[in-house]
Amino acid sequence: MTRPAYTPEAQIAEDIEGYLASHRDKDLLRFITCGSVDDGKSTLIGRLLYDSKMIFDDQLSALEADSKRVGTQGQEIDFALLVDGLAAEREQGITIDVAYRFFTTEKRKFIVADCPGHEQYTRNMVTGASTADLAVILIDARKGVLVQTRRHSYLCHLLGIRHFVLAVNKLDLVDYSQDRFDEIVADYAEFARSIGIADFTAIPISGFKGDNITALSANTPWYAGPVLIDHLETVSLDRAEQQAAPLRLPVQWVNRPNLDFRGFAGQIASGTVKPGDAVRVLPSGRTTTVSRVVTLGGDLEQAVAGESVTLTFADEIDCSRGDVIAAADAPPEVADQFEATLVWMDDQPLIPGRGYWLKLGTQSVSATVQPPKYAINVNTLDRLAAKTLDLNAIGVAELSTDKPIVFEPYAQSKALGGFILIDKLTNRTVAAGMLNFSLRRAQNVHWQPTDITREDHAALKNQKPRVLWFTGLSGSGKSTIANAVEKRLNLMNRHTFLLDGDNVRHGLNKDLGFTEADRIENIRRVGEVARLMADAGLIVLTAFISPFRAERDMVRAMLPEGEFIEIFVDTPLEVAEARDVKGLYKKARSGALKNFTGVDSPYEAPEHPEIRVNTVEMTVDEAADAIIRAILPLK
Amino acid sequence: MTRTLTHLDRLEAEAIHIMREVVAEAERPVMLYSIGKDSAVMLHLAKKAFYPAPPPFPLLHVDTTWKFQDMYALRQKAADEAGMELHVWQNPEAKERGINPFDHGPLHTDMWKTEGLKQALDHYGFDAAFGGARRDEEKSRAKERIFSFRSASHGWDPKNQRPELWNLYNARKHKGEGIRVFPISNWTELDIWQYIQQEEIEIVPLYFAAPRPTYVWDGQLFMADDLERLERVLGRKLETTKRSIRFRTLGCFPLTGAVESEAATLTDVIRETLLTTTSERQGRVIDKDAGDASMEKKKQEGYF
Repeated sequence: MTRPAYTPEAQIAEDIEGYLASHRDKDLLRFITCGSVDDGKSTLIGRLLYDSKMIFDDQLSALEADSKRVGTQGQEIDFALLVDGLAAEREQGITIDVAYRFFTTEKRKFIVADCPGHEQYTRNMVTGASTADLAVILIDARKGVLVQTRRHSYLCHLLGIRHFVLAVNKLDLVDYSQDRFDEIVADYAEFARSIGIADFTAIPISGFKGDNITALSANTPWYAGPVLIDHLETVSLDRAEQQAAPLRLPVQWVNRPNLDFRGFAGQIASGTVKPGDAVRVLPSGRTTTVSRVVTLGGDLEQAVAGESVTLTFADEIDCSRGDVIAAADAPPEVADQFEATLVWMDDQPLIPGRGYWLKLGTQSVSATVQPPKYAINVNTLDRLAAKTLDLNAIGVAELSTDKPIVFEPYAQSKALGGFILIDKLTNRTVAAGMLNFSLRRAQNVHWQPTDITREDHAALKNQKPRVLWFTGLSGSGKSTIANAVEKRLNLMNRHTFLLDGDNVRHGLNKDLGFTEADRIENIRRVGEVARLMADAGLIVLTAFISPFRAERDMVRAMLPEGEFIEIFVDTPLEVAEARDVKGLYKKARSGALKNFTGVDSPYEAPEHPEIRVNTVEMTVDEAADAIIRAILPLK
Repeated sequence: MTRTLTHLDRLEAEAIHIMREVVAEAERPVMLYSIGKDSAVMLHLAKKAFYPAPPPFPLLHVDTTWKFQDMYALRQKAADEAGMELHVWQNPEAKERGINPFDHGPLHTDMWKTEGLKQALDHYGFDAAFGGARRDEEKSRAKERIFSFRSASHGWDPKNQRPELWNLYNARKHKGEGIRVFPISNWTELDIWQYIQQEEIEIVPLYFAAPRPTYVWDGQLFMADDLERLERVLGRKLETTKRSIRFRTLGCFPLTGAVESEAATLTDVIRETLLTTTSERQGRVIDKDAGDASMEKKKQEGYF
């Protein structure tokens, strides 16, 4: 087999200096290949690596041997074996993860995200698409535009890829038929228009035979070009547009080596910056001017989108990780409620109302997601009603954050519009999201200041407000102990109120059931009520199973430091079940009662409760006394 | 006016971004420093990322006691110039048992490097370790994340990796778990060389050809870096020949194959790299232990 030489070996051998000089200024193109194993995706990538001399002799001889042993191409080289990396994949003959490949030609360097095509790997494709400038959509010429072609195109478009190549592959298997090619292109054009893909370049290829990959093929005299490599080398990237946009610099780290230097480090998401530029730091909105762009190699006159820099300011203003440095006259928005498109990536489905960590740029906040407005069938693009999102599901939902974040719609800025959600317990990345817009209610609802403050309320009652949050299994003794504690406080002339789980469900929360989502909403409302009562100066006692750590922490975060006292009524399941005061365990065990904590719904015990009472060893009075002692003094 | 960033500009900016994320989010980061060319690039990137402050983490060299003399010579100097603390860790058990590449085969790598690294991370309590691995080095590396999570027992589960989108890295972990972070994942061998040239980074002289004492072992060419020790361990005299050689990667001298070469300058080395027909890891004996899936297996056991 002869190798088309992208690397002009003669020049390297004779004029290495000249060669290096001409290659120093190469740009970088990142692209994604979409298609299934059957479409010849790995073969195409293997071919690109091979043709651009990214495969060495020792790898090649291993490949030749492997091809004969386990390959699917008879005695010929099976390029797919080059790129299917993990042992599990080689055994099953499928690609199950995103793999990144590298090759270089005379004009550009390339990073290829090689992604699996099956529907169960939607999350992998979304991951690969998130950093790609261009998508190569592979089609098997024998099969034409398939459901998966639509899915791949939709996902790439959703992630904001602007450049599409339609590679009509395996043309050798349809006798290099122009009619077949034209037919497929027409089919695809209609679909592309319907989802908003403005433009694409269609190329007839054979990855296996090498047609129209690096040079025009004699087998397709009816095709005038471009060939795949030429197109990848010359397609215009959106760098100018990126640099022309207003400055956005998410601050990663504040550099303070000594008292005389205070620099703000981050990667420029868009725009340019130079000394003297007026900038605004968000969310605070304070303005200053840039004094230096500092680097190890000396100060820069200007830095542009894509560079990692360190800035210093003319004024000492507050600026820390999570803030965004922006052009003073064109700042981005700040909001705390949004509509977003979510791609669910975890085995555990979305729980509406549950708090997740949201990371956007360098900002990390707590966010809750509403039940989805709809989910999207990625094959038909129909909108479906949905209560949650499962692994690989895509949906649109409203979400709110616990504090305002600096953002731009994803269509304008991937850096300030793309985010991930992280499960607070497992720490897994459970979703990727794209902010569509902020909700106007976030912009129009303002906090009305009042003259009598929470301190005034508390002072009048001569006490420090608290929320004594009792948590534990059903039958653990929460209500009984809380009641005993309130009686003692009442005798001590303290102003209290006891919110009891069963009682609240007779009124405020009578519309809620016992699903995970409803239990979370139940706790959220109780938390809000407890907070209002604490604002009014009361000592609030709450007795709720409150099984999930995330929601207890959510309530803790609503209150000033030190006012949330978590009291773990620690009763082993066997003991609580043996007591079974209300007969609920019996019902749950028989299956008559669903989602019962401890039986078919989990209880997440507090890790560091302020107070723990052991009801096996203590009487009710002992427990109540212990709690009173622990919360003294009350002022 | 638009300024076009070159591929090296972009790779550099990406690596710096990654290093700063780790420093902002991890409690006790460390940079693994193997004294090789990739480590030299990593160290340079760290200096750039945090300038004018010195990089806010120490260096850790997991030493096997079998490295080349030239590597030991550069180690402290490089750390001092960066203003960084250097920790050197030698697995005390391997030391006591006198583990060496000749008598103990794969156990040598396992004890000095794999076990040694785990011990060092546990000993100092580092929760995030920068490594210089690149995705172009080996097939299973191509799929490893930039932030790669290790269980409390340092294992890697390739089927359960966190998705990495855009430039957003989820660095949250439970107590006892660790992260290995690979800021130069997307660099190729040629990128490394070009960057070394562009930034004038000092590297170990062994990368450049010079006449050196060599011996042949199992069909491969090695350098007799510490002949006396070699002969002591082998229990016999070794026949050495002076040849002009250099190294494409550096590790333990009895395990790192040399190539015959006249490339004495950086440009010569780059020319040779561009024209070479064998892959970089070919000189490494360690990858061939278990056939096809050897590196993947090593990583599941905790190798870097």
